[in-house]
Amino acid sequence: MEILVILIPVSLLLGGIGLAAFFWAMRTRQFDDPKGDANRILTKDWDDRPKP
Amino acid sequence: MSIAEDFARAPISACPACAVVPAAERIAALRAERDGRIVLSLPGADDAQSISTVETALQAVPGVRSARVNLTLKRASVETGPDVTASALVAALSAIGQEAHELDPGLLSSTETDRQGRELLMRVGVAFFSMMNVMLLSVAVWSGAEDATRDLFHWISGAIALPTVIFCGQPFFKSAWASLRQGKLGMDVPISLALILASSISVYETWHSGHHAYFDAAVMLAFFLLIGRYLDHRTRAVARSAAEELAALEVPRAIVLDDGTEVERPIALVAVGDLVLVRPGARMPVDGIVTHGASEIDRSLLTGESLPIPAQAGTIVSAGEVNLTGPLTVQVTAAGKDSSLHRMADLVAVAEGTKTRYTSLADRASRLYSPLVHLLSFSAFGYWMWATGGDARYAINISAAVLIITCPCALGLAVPAVITSASGKLFRKGLLIKHGTALERLAEVDTVIFDKTGTLTLGMPEPQGLDDHPDEVLAIATALAAGSSHPLARALADGVRAKGIAPAAVQDILEVPGHGIEGRWQGNRVRLGRADWCGANALAATATYLSLGDQSHAFAFTDRPRPGAAEAVTALQAAGLTVELLSGDTEAPVRDLAQRLGIGNWRAGVLPAEKSARVAELTALGHKVLMVGDGLNDTAALAAAHVSISPATALDAARVASDIVLLGQDIAPIADAVRIGRQSARRMIENFIISGGYNVIAVPLALVGAATPLAAALAMSLSSITVSLNAMRLK
Repeated sequence: MEILVILIPVSLLLGGIGLAAFFWAMRTRQFDDPKGDANRILTKDWDDRPKP
Repeated sequence: MSIAEDFARAPISACPACAVVPAAERIAALRAERDGRIVLSLPGADDAQSISTVETALQAVPGVRSARVNLTLKRASVETGPDVTASALVAALSAIGQEAHELDPGLLSSTETDRQGRELLMRVGVAFFSMMNVMLLSVAVWSGAEDATRDLFHWISGAIALPTVIFCGQPFFKSAWASLRQGKLGMDVPISLALILASSISVYETWHSGHHAYFDAAVMLAFFLLIGRYLDHRTRAVARSAAEELAALEVPRAIVLDDGTEVERPIALVAVGDLVLVRPGARMPVDGIVTHGASEIDRSLLTGESLPIPAQAGTIVSAGEVNLTGPLTVQVTAAGKDSSLHRMADLVAVAEGTKTRYTSLADRASRLYSPLVHLLSFSAFGYWMWATGGDARYAINISAAVLIITCPCALGLAVPAVITSASGKLFRKGLLIKHGTALERLAEVDTVIFDKTGTLTLGMPEPQGLDDHPDEVLAIATALAAGSSHPLARALADGVRAKGIAPAAVQDILEVPGHGIEGRWQGNRVRLGRADWCGANALAATATYLSLGDQSHAFAFTDRPRPGAAEAVTALQAAGLTVELLSGDTEAPVRDLAQRLGIGNWRAGVLPAEKSARVAELTALGHKVLMVGDGLNDTAALAAAHVSISPATALDAARVASDIVLLGQDIAPIADAVRIGRQSARRMIENFIISGGYNVIAVPLALVGAATPLAAALAMSLSSITVSLNAMRLK
């Protein structure tokens, strides 16, 4: 049962990282244009070099 | 807030001081706004290709700092330097074949920053995270963790669940408090009570090493109910953003003659006494008196009349009318908020208030449900206090379990899920549901009243009986008509061209505004235009006349029916609805259209007040009326009807007054709307029955004290999922 001392914090930490990522995504407005983001990966612009 | 209020408020600047310090500061503010950002609507953008072509094309325009396309909203937002105009951007886009319209950013503000929606989504995310973690621990408890391990797991669950309930429960706590203060028992009261009771009793149980803790139930409750809340908010936000976009498409500008030079100005800056130039094809931006020029004006949006009316110096015009032939100079008598159009919109906002009095199915369900749940929970508490001889801990446990199990997870999700699914379906068919209860009201409709001009017809003329005229006459007429932008002339030219007749060689073609077109053919004067000008006897229908030597020819027109009009009428009649046609137009065209579409009940020459009186009369007889109309003359009837639909081309006031907006040209989706409305009302009732059914099984268990946290979790998640799946069944 001692393994719980590690496993429970680990599971909480992993969940917490997911939650933090979700918060960050909300804050930076990643959900404002879901359809556009789905399509943007298909454009050929900046395929060869990053956008300046 | 209603869209009418939004619209009425938006064009006026926010600061009260601006009323005192007028022109200069307001102009500066407006200019600063226009410097920064231009928003364009891109109805045609729908794939990856259009994103990159549009962004590249916009960035190639000198002065543009950055451009970004939002494909979900079909908008492009452009950061620009000071001297970039929206028309230049629209021109750049039309050069690459992309349709674009300028949007008024002032009217879009509330959808651009959807703070409420983001906050709700944030709470959903937090609730989901806690639910997953608490559930993990709860599964261990359910599968047999005991003593110290169980207590530890309960403590950790509590540490996660309590902050979550406090953070995620806020929307429920707030609205429950608001409804309690008004002395009402809304649906959020039992929800809040269940959340608070479940959390506090679980803390108490954990403290005393009890067997059952309801942390998982509390968090799950919050999660499912928040999803319902978010869906509800989402549907409303989408409808509001689309409706705002329709309003923002008409950027309110007017061309003002300032010491003889033409200056384009926002309507808010046009003052009484200014001279405004209205070009042919443009809509009157203000109320006023014509001081110069001769033309014809189309009043159909205001009166329903399809015949154009001549206008010359001295004619009184009102905002919303369309100038057809020649340029007009208008002296402003009322602008902006005081114009007749705006006053009408205000009246509509008042009438709109009456509609919110409709109690939705969800309201009726919760009105029945809230007292019942409280009664059950309290009587369970009382009974067990008596049966156990005063064991308060056990009695409170039972009454909390009753509250948790009966909690309206499915009830809170049942209606939003159906409305989201139905309005998504209808949106793809080109119908925008503006009002949450519109679908339910649509399901009850038994009578449909249509307006004619602009609703069942496109407001575009179509020449009749061209075959009755000799080819030579047609050739001359089309030669004259080709040079004009008058709608009748254009329709005639198109009609003749479709028959394959080439224009005759007519020389010296000259357009006489307000009268017609004159030319010289084989040395004789020929004229196409108004009856009196061409020396012809006027027909009873919309017509244009050709004078050729000493004889005259008349070309009659009918209004072209909207695509899908016949299908819509047939489908509505097949669904058992009574269809009526009320029009402000003269008798002949109305009878003609009614016969073509198979509408038996029709009336012509109906005044606006008579339209709303007819709606009131039918309502008094117990009928539920669906009104479909587009003009200012329909707005009162639209507002008075049980539910109303207007096409996107309608006047702003009419769109504001209606619950549903038809986005495309095709009117056939109206029949679909009635069908889907009826279907979704049925689904909502089914959903209530389903969630009621779960309660019928689970509540007795809770009452006798046999409900475990596992049973509560199962009942809650199963009923929520069944209800959502049932909502998806809409076809």
